[in-house]
Amino acid sequence: MFKRPHYIAFGLVGLLTLIVLTLPNNTANQIKLAVGSLFLPFFGLAKSSHQLAAQAGEAVTPRAELVRQNEQLRRTNQWLELRAMQADALRHENDGLRQQLHWQARAAWKLKLASVVARDPANWWLTIQIDLGSRDGVKTNAPVLTPEGLVGRVYAVGPASSQVMLLGNPNCRVSAMSEIGGAAGIIVGAASPLENSILTMSYLSSENNLKPGQMIVTSDAGGTFPKGVVIGQAFEAPHPVEFGLYSEVRVKLAVDLGALEEVWVLMP
Amino acid sequence: MNWLTSILILLTAYLVVGLEATFEGLRHLLGAQIDLLPALMVYTALTADFITLTVLAAAGGLWLDSLSANPLGVSVAPLLAVGCVIYSRRALILRDQYFARFFLGLGASAAVPVLTLLLLLSSRHTPLLGWASLWQWLVMSLGGAAFTPLCFRFFDGLHHAFRYQPALNVPFRPDREIRRGRK
Repeated sequence: MFKRPHYIAFGLVGLLTLIVLTLPNNTANQIKLAVGSLFLPFFGLAKSSHQLAAQAGEAVTPRAELVRQNEQLRRTNQWLELRAMQADALRHENDGLRQQLHWQARAAWKLKLASVVARDPANWWLTIQIDLGSRDGVKTNAPVLTPEGLVGRVYAVGPASSQVMLLGNPNCRVSAMSEIGGAAGIIVGAASPLENSILTMSYLSSENNLKPGQMIVTSDAGGTFPKGVVIGQAFEAPHPVEFGLYSEVRVKLAVDLGALEEVWVLMP
Repeated sequence: MNWLTSILILLTAYLVVGLEATFEGLRHLLGAQIDLLPALMVYTALTADFITLTVLAAAGGLWLDSLSANPLGVSVAPLLAVGCVIYSRRALILRDQYFARFFLGLGASAAVPVLTLLLLLSSRHTPLLGWASLWQWLVMSLGGAAFTPLCFRFFDGLHHAFRYQPALNVPFRPDREIRRGRK
């Protein structure tokens, strides 16, 4: 049974837990990232083995398939270059009009590419760890996105890595609106722990004009996310909740959160 | 039990936590990530000393929380509680039996997430929970239960590899023993 040294060890671990649990959020996050950095060699090894497996797969891809993919990428590149030229022209026009109206010019996005190195081992949170940190200029609450749409926001920053809270996490609330009609609401979390690609958009006005199939984008109401980043698509008509006080709608997320390998961090 | 066993247990805990954060196969397949630390705690509580048990609870819990959105330290207490309960009854447990290992793993893997969630909810955190969490709990419990006997086999293999093996052909023969004195 238990002896004196056992009680001492038990007490020490209990005390350590209590101290760590009562630390302020910022300090706890810093310690978390410091402890988590012990896993950086492991993550490096996992990434290398993943790349090795991918390279082995590429080695057996037939030449005809590579030529076809190359041709497809060339066409996509040309199309994107044309879109970029068009966007540049529109931006210049927009800047000119803003100047004429004496409106503040919009800052261009500064993006940095990050690799996803780890995922939350707990089933009740939706977070990832990326390989960019304060040394790369990442700040807390920086939006994280992919070309398909919004992914989440940074919630803890270490020197070489950061933790990102994904959309669907109950603590990651995003001000959103429909692209057409501007029905505003808040993305409050995933509809179910198993189906985290379906989110709930809540606090919609009861007289909203949202239709199934409409795109849902960020509104800059919260100040954290820039306006107009795609979140997903409403796939049902809004239904009233809380005795008709407000409405809710389920939104199919544009990004596949389960398949994230690289993300873009929007720098301040 | 010696320091080598303790180091091997801690090293395994490190690898287990790292794998849980990087290996996504089971999460895609079953919708839940399996926590293997409770199974390791069962092995430690049944075979190692109490200091190793407490160090595993502290290090394993802190490592897991450092890669998660859990508040730092919240996983330590459930692991320690499960370890202490098994340790206090280890003289009565048939640790060599597969079914005992399986059911201890099942109990530990079921208890640890429930205790962690109770701690989270009581400290006003809002984890992602729903009816589907019951499925995740079932997967975690059964996965942990299946891993526990494997954990014992893994460490038995390691001990076999590192320990001095007894000599099989001893030169001493009992029928050649010289008995002194009269019968």
